[in-house]
Amino acid sequence: MTVTEIRALFPILDTPVYGKPLVYLDNAATAQRPQAVVDCWKELVEGANANIHRAVHHLAAQATDAYEGARNRVQTFLNAAAREEIVFTSGATASINLVAFSYGQVFVNQGDEIIVSTCEHHSNMVPWQMLCERKGAKLRVLEPNRDGLLDPAALSALLNEHTKMVAIAHISNVLGLVNPVKELVRIAHKAGVPVLVDGSQGVVHEKVDVQDLDCDFYAFSGHKIYAATGTGVLYGKRKWLEAMIPYMGGGEMIETVRFSGTTYAPLPMKFEAGTQNFNAVPTLVPALDFADAVRENPAVKAEQQAILDKVYSKLTEDKRITLYGTGKENKIPLFSFAVKGAHHEDLALILDKMGVAVRSGQMCAEPLMDHLGVTGLLRASFAPYNTVEEANYFLKSLDKAIEMLV
Amino acid sequence: MSLEEKKQQVIEDFSLYEEWLDKYEYLIELGKGLEAFPEEKKTDDRLIKGCQSRVWLDAQLRDGRLYFQADSDAIITRGIISLLIGVYSGETPEAIAADDFGFVSEIGLKDNLSPTRANGLVSMIDTIKKLAENGR
Repeated sequence: MTVTEIRALFPILDTPVYGKPLVYLDNAATAQRPQAVVDCWKELVEGANANIHRAVHHLAAQATDAYEGARNRVQTFLNAAAREEIVFTSGATASINLVAFSYGQVFVNQGDEIIVSTCEHHSNMVPWQMLCERKGAKLRVLEPNRDGLLDPAALSALLNEHTKMVAIAHISNVLGLVNPVKELVRIAHKAGVPVLVDGSQGVVHEKVDVQDLDCDFYAFSGHKIYAATGTGVLYGKRKWLEAMIPYMGGGEMIETVRFSGTTYAPLPMKFEAGTQNFNAVPTLVPALDFADAVRENPAVKAEQQAILDKVYSKLTEDKRITLYGTGKENKIPLFSFAVKGAHHEDLALILDKMGVAVRSGQMCAEPLMDHLGVTGLLRASFAPYNTVEEANYFLKSLDKAIEMLV
Repeated sequence: MSLEEKKQQVIEDFSLYEEWLDKYEYLIELGKGLEAFPEEKKTDDRLIKGCQSRVWLDAQLRDGRLYFQADSDAIITRGIISLLIGVYSGETPEAIAADDFGFVSEIGLKDNLSPTRANGLVSMIDTIKKLAENGR
């Protein structure tokens, strides 16, 4: 498939904004959905809407098959050892909160330490902070190197006998650098500490093999990887999931319920309390099929590399611009930057009117903004359906916007 | 100029520009021309909550009329607040409190800002109104 053919799978990309062609560069916030995902969603709502697992009737069986089929697809997508290690949630935030609570209740006590990095999205920071407050534990911060990359040696220096968890992003949603996760996991494991990887951005760009990474938890959201909103995944090693207590009670997560006490369902149901998002979860199947296909597609690879080369050169060579997250060998086509003398909000407003959708502000990473000494940044994040032509239009529009403002 | 005349003037000025980019240029010019805001007045209690950029607003009552001063670290926002205080500065608190701020919708400003920015505009208007209520 050519990039043009891939674009044709996304009708929304042809929707003009303010009479101009849409150039959608806010993919790190949410990706657009290919028609196959939209169709899958629609078919489930129209043709197979019934609550999963319990009822014996035909529609319920269809809905359950679709839902559990998605679990198998996620298992192969991540190369998890068992389907029981895949828990469905509402998104990466819910996945991380689940671990922070259910792991934290069992394994974290007063005086213990949790390590997070400066570069985390609030969703991989605040749940741990809340856990620390609850338990009287301490949050330790792993700072990135000058490029913005997490450094195994720096992690090594932070680990000690009190450390109970390392929570890090596979790829920061601001810096767009692929962290050396496998090495970071190895270092943490050497100290006997489990690692949670926030894969919200990572899973979109990298081929993830959780057994190869050897991480203990891997979390991601469906909507950033072309699936329906309100879908999310938590991968967890069986030994941890078995040892953790349930996050929420009720619905499908029980085995027997008596007033004298309740026993819990086996994995993964133990962590799937209440009615699940059964109309949306199966959209992960066409979404992950698409993600796998484009990742290996030579035309997409070439186009993405050309976008990276083009935009990286411009943003690093232009004296008015400061790019955060440097070092091209680890960079994905996600660029956060500041423009001297121009506020990120003004730039985003003007670009919007030129048809270019970018993100401005703190991008749910206030501590990172403080670390970088900025009040906010402008972010352009590209997806496999974006073209070099769009990258050029974005750079031209950015130039024009800067000229208007400075 | 009366309050109504000032509003009419803004509506006329805005109607000169068809393209939104040109309207932004106009707001940028207004922003650049805004009277300097004393650094020492950039305090948290003068910050308007609900804006993506930082906006400070200060009001002083002289001879029964309110005079506004404002600033923002974003230039288009500065233009917008400049436009607002240009209309309402020098009016009585009673007149401001009773006003419906309808001219903002008439120039299409609210509809053409994204929801977070539209909220920012609403916050600016609310703050001006609140200052007027307090000044009565």
